Amino acid sequence: MNPDNIIKVEKLTKRFGEFVAVDQISMDVGRGQIFGFLGANGAGKTTAIKMLSGLLQPTAGKAMVNGFDVYTEPEKIKRNIGYMSQRFSLYDDLTVVENMKFYGGIYGLNNKELKIKTEEIIQLLHIGDFKDKLVRSLPLGWKQKLAFSISILHNPPLVFLDEPTGGVDPITRREFWELITQSANGGMTVFVTTHYMDEAEYCDIVSIMVDGRIEAMGSTRELKTKYKAEDMESVFVTLARKSKRANQE
Amino acid sequence: MRNIITIVRKEFAQFFRDKANIRMLLVMPVIQLLILPLAADYEVKNIKLALIDHDHSPGVNQMIQKITSSGYIHLVAYESDYKDALRLFEQDKADIMIEVPPQFEENLIRNNEASISVSVNAVNGARASIGGQYLQKILQDYNMDIRLKWIQFPRFNPIPLVQVESAYWFNPHMNYKQFMVPGILVILLTMVGANMSALNFVKEKELGTIEQINVSPIQKHEFIIGKLIPFWIMGQVVLSIGLLIAYLVYGVVPVGNIGLIYLFSSFYLLVVLAFGLLISTFVQTQQQTMLVSFFFMMIFILLSGLYTMIDSMPAWAQMITKLDPIAYFVRVNRMVIMKGSGLSDILPDIGIMICMASALISWAVWNYHKRS
Repeated sequence: MNPDNIIKVEKLTKRFGEFVAVDQISMDVGRGQIFGFLGANGAGKTTAIKMLSGLLQPTAGKAMVNGFDVYTEPEKIKRNIGYMSQRFSLYDDLTVVENMKFYGGIYGLNNKELKIKTEEIIQLLHIGDFKDKLVRSLPLGWKQKLAFSISILHNPPLVFLDEPTGGVDPITRREFWELITQSANGGMTVFVTTHYMDEAEYCDIVSIMVDGRIEAMGSTRELKTKYKAEDMESVFVTLARKSKRANQE
Repeated sequence: MRNIITIVRKEFAQFFRDKANIRMLLVMPVIQLLILPLAADYEVKNIKLALIDHDHSPGVNQMIQKITSSGYIHLVAYESDYKDALRLFEQDKADIMIEVPPQFEENLIRNNEASISVSVNAVNGARASIGGQYLQKILQDYNMDIRLKWIQFPRFNPIPLVQVESAYWFNPHMNYKQFMVPGILVILLTMVGANMSALNFVKEKELGTIEQINVSPIQKHEFIIGKLIPFWIMGQVVLSIGLLIAYLVYGVVPVGNIGLIYLFSSFYLLVVLAFGLLISTFVQTQQQTMLVSFFFMMIFILLSGLYTMIDSMPAWAQMITKLDPIAYFVRVNRMVIMKGSGLSDILPDIGIMICMASALISWAVWNYHKRS
């Protein structure tokens, strides 16, 4: 276990009554990595992310995020992460700039930093013409890119992205991943969940979650060799077929 | 502190973006204050009288004229059969039935005495008793008239010598609007305040934006205070609009210092807004919020002493009114507006508001979890 790892998780578990949503998962994520967290719907990805970002109290196990304990120091974790939830979480009755000002404000950016950042994002996303438009009026793909940019407005060392590309067209998805890769190249660790298997190829390490357990972890190349598959899709199907939860549905 | 300002700014931006909010803030108080005081009228008018006349004499006509000339009681039916009148009574087409026996006038003149029977429909108790009292008073006057007219040589003075003259303080013309308007002003402020704050918070839950707040380093109390401030300001705006309408439409001018009303509302609004926020921490959807807040509003309003006297409630209900913030403000508002009470008179009530506000805000902060 590399002490410098930004996420260190050991046998982390979350139970809701009888239901074990996350079952003793262990993993390490190194700094600057893109860590892909793959799994079918209901596999427990969101629950795991919520525990790591301090939104949900774990039932058992250990987890350290950027050196802070998820049990005792969730507020310190929150200062050091970005988070983009599955549900769109910008205020759609505010303009692009108003959203940036709000989220920048609550992460403690001063006016000068905020101004620079706002300019930067507007340049990066080419949304100069839309900066005073309501977020509601933007196309979904743009909203998602904007939500991502705002979630890392405060330059956190780590960002959690929960299915950021859900419902987005392939071209926008590629653009989105360019943004992610760019951030990772800048040293940011990206922890991302998805169920688009082609997106796994962008990740340095992927883990595949089935029924709350991590069934496989490694680089895509390693996994494809191990499961003698041509692409990640086949790897995933091989593993996910074992799912009891999915078969019950 | 900076975080709080950031939230306040965001709330104002969102509030003024939606034109419906502005309408609610400005138009609702105006309409309610224009309509409610007229409807919440204690005076009993339009009392319907059914007469059963077996006498058909000028004396009866005189009596009826006397009764109906007051304007409060209208003769709706003139029957000669008791059964016909009773039917009207049963159908709620008549409130009072007077049966005049045969030889009414004759008895009156010959024996100095005659009786009539009065029946009052008491389904609505208040209306019945007040209507009955009106009628009794009118009949007394009528009695007096005929005695003065007919008793020519009184051997003794049949008219009582003690005359009661009442003086009505603080509201000399007994204008019920002077009484109702300050109270309705409070209800208005309460409805707008509690609903706005509760719905606002729950909307963030529904949209999921609350999760983004929860995952940020913002502190719970900062978030809640940041949410309270904008609505506190809007509450004072509503109060000002209300006071203006009270003056323009009803001519209600506070006898006491208007600053005291604002002083009290400053604390009162905190109680109401915190209550709204507290509700929103327990529920998940705007629909649930409306139901829960409606439930409490009903109880609080009915127990507030706005429509009925707290002093005449049963002891246990009076105990509950001690927990009803509306009751305090209704009373204080009437005290300041009608009686001109000073700071020292309302100081204990302000103290109670401060306690309630602190308790409710703490509870709301405590019950709002950034982590589940």
